[in-house]
Amino acid sequence: MNLHEYQAKELLKKFQVAVQEGIPVDTPEAAAEAYKHLKIQYGSEYAVVKAQIHAGGRGKGKIKGTEQRGVAVGKNAEEIKTIAGNILGGILVTAQTGPAGKKVNKVLVAQDVYYPGPQPTKELYLSILPDRTRGENVIIYSTEGGVDIEEVAHKSPEKIFREWVHPAGELQPFQARKIAFNLGLKGEAFKNMVRFVTQLYHAFVSLDCSLLEINPLFKTSDDKIIAVDCKMNLDDNALIRHPDLEALRDINEEDPTEVEASKYNLNFVKLDGNVGCMVNGAGLAMATMDMIKLSGGEPANFLDVGGTANAQTVEAGFRIILKDPKVKAILINIFGGIVRCDRVAQGIIDAYRSIGDIRVPIIVRLQGTNAEEAKRLIENSGLKVQSAILLSEAAELVNKAVAQAS
Amino acid sequence: MSVLVNKQSRVIVQGFTGTEGTFHATQMIEYGTQVVGGVTPGKGGKMHLDRPVFNTVEEAVKATQANVSIIFVPPAFAADAILEAAFAGIPLVVCITEGIPVQDMVKVKHMLKSTSTRLIGPNCPGVISSEEAKVGIMPGFVFKKGPVGIVSRSGTLTYEAADQVVKAGLGISTAIGIGGDPIIGTSTLEAIQLFMDDEETRAIVMIGEIGGSMEAEAARWAKTYATKPIIGFIAGQTAPPGRRMGHAGAIVGGSEDTAAAKMAIMRECGIHVVESPADIGKTVAQVLSVHAS
Repeated sequence: MNLHEYQAKELLKKFQVAVQEGIPVDTPEAAAEAYKHLKIQYGSEYAVVKAQIHAGGRGKGKIKGTEQRGVAVGKNAEEIKTIAGNILGGILVTAQTGPAGKKVNKVLVAQDVYYPGPQPTKELYLSILPDRTRGENVIIYSTEGGVDIEEVAHKSPEKIFREWVHPAGELQPFQARKIAFNLGLKGEAFKNMVRFVTQLYHAFVSLDCSLLEINPLFKTSDDKIIAVDCKMNLDDNALIRHPDLEALRDINEEDPTEVEASKYNLNFVKLDGNVGCMVNGAGLAMATMDMIKLSGGEPANFLDVGGTANAQTVEAGFRIILKDPKVKAILINIFGGIVRCDRVAQGIIDAYRSIGDIRVPIIVRLQGTNAEEAKRLIENSGLKVQSAILLSEAAELVNKAVAQAS
Repeated sequence: MSVLVNKQSRVIVQGFTGTEGTFHATQMIEYGTQVVGGVTPGKGGKMHLDRPVFNTVEEAVKATQANVSIIFVPPAFAADAILEAAFAGIPLVVCITEGIPVQDMVKVKHMLKSTSTRLIGPNCPGVISSEEAKVGIMPGFVFKKGPVGIVSRSGTLTYEAADQVVKAGLGISTAIGIGGDPIIGTSTLEAIQLFMDDEETRAIVMIGEIGGSMEAEAARWAKTYATKPIIGFIAGQTAPPGRRMGHAGAIVGGSEDTAAAKMAIMRECGIHVVESPADIGKTVAQVLSVHAS
């Protein structure tokens, strides 16, 4: 589950991690009020308005149809109000959102952290995630912050540091010091960094994060170390022990079809192609998508119906796939092991009849227990459904259907 | 011969009396697996499926000399169940449970290092040695005895591969479902090494997915040490980056964990790469006929 920047920062503050302070708002008026609060509290004329969406690249991204950036600085209440008005309700398009963009329902009015002071400022990078190869959490950090870190990793890999944390304990003091040294910090900034990364690691583990990325991690002109932005992903599997975090889910950020699919326990991911598919098992579903591509089509979705492919789940699957007007054919691929193929076939027939008019060809491939009976059931149903037992036969049928559709 | 499990394996079921545990224990017994008992805390002393139920794994091991455990307990308690089995001295633990938090597996993986237990899974279909023992949830009838070992990160795709191999006139020695999570007990490489040492196995089918680097690691090892042909398939050639494809571990993060990158490395290391999942059985038969002649 992804969180918004403002939600992630609220959580980090509970772990004494220093963050750029701000107030989340959803109207331009409230944004102006928030500015006044920040000005009194921090004494700066400046504040920054940051669009809250689940995607990066907001600073470079623009609101559709305008020149308004997703992150912008203002220096009085009126300016802040205008910027917030431009952003709120708009569609923000960034490198990560794709051309469709994402609607902005909230902005974070945040304190100015680039205020003048005795020391030079510095933008750094730091993230924490589980390293699947080593089975340990790893802290990845760099002196090159505020930019696309993948580009840094590509162009100057020597500027990317890694520190693995032993699963038996938390981040050790010597490791925190090593990180602060490698980031080139001294004096107060050094001490603040040691504290920051220690607390941040503690937050990562305590909140069951699957990714915690601070970019930029900022050294202010008075040597504070603060998180200016924060990308936090929570491990869905661990939400069971964090019921309070479940409430932070922003359903507006998720694909409505995917949300609907999850109501039926269907695992659905929308893609861009012309052949829909419905499969039991994630691995077989991916393999089926690959086969569609090799047969001349493009997969329109990933859909894992799980272990119980009955009439209800199949019908829900049909309805979800058929919402996409680009779909020219549907392939159902079920390997019936524990679940019997004839039952699945009956489910498909019932679902088909219940929906009525399906205008695209349906190819059903059922293999496993009672596959022959299932094929007969489908063929005798009188429905416009083609049936296959071998995966290679299904591939040929998809190929024909795609050729006819184009 | 086969690997990991056979007719002599003495299996206990953790989460024995639950719906899943009961259903699959029944299926395993029907397949001929020696299920010698089960564990459900608080139900010790009762009988279930004509087998004794114990409160702890330790008691179960003492009473039944079990040497394999299969776990069906809910995700929140599964990490604890794995550790309980390991610290009771069970050498092989198969965890079927899907949805264990990653940080739990970080801890488990580390703690298992101080034991001699091998973990298969979690989030896997288990292990089956054809016509000997099934310690998992796969449909047993698909697996006929033969010279092909299968290691796979996914469930139904394993059955698909096994079915194709059998339809091609061959059979399966053992199929190991290693699981679809980011952190798992036994890697692709470790499973392949087991098959390389198994006399019965003459070819290995390696089924991978997008995400992680296990297939590349296995391929690089095989380039130098393989004594048997490996036929490889990677699911997710059409999966977009950044989207999780069902399995927690099936997500393209960097350029190295795409299907195309993995397939290129595998080819380079001499693995017979299959592009279409429909061609797995056919390719195995071709490769084996060439090697036999």
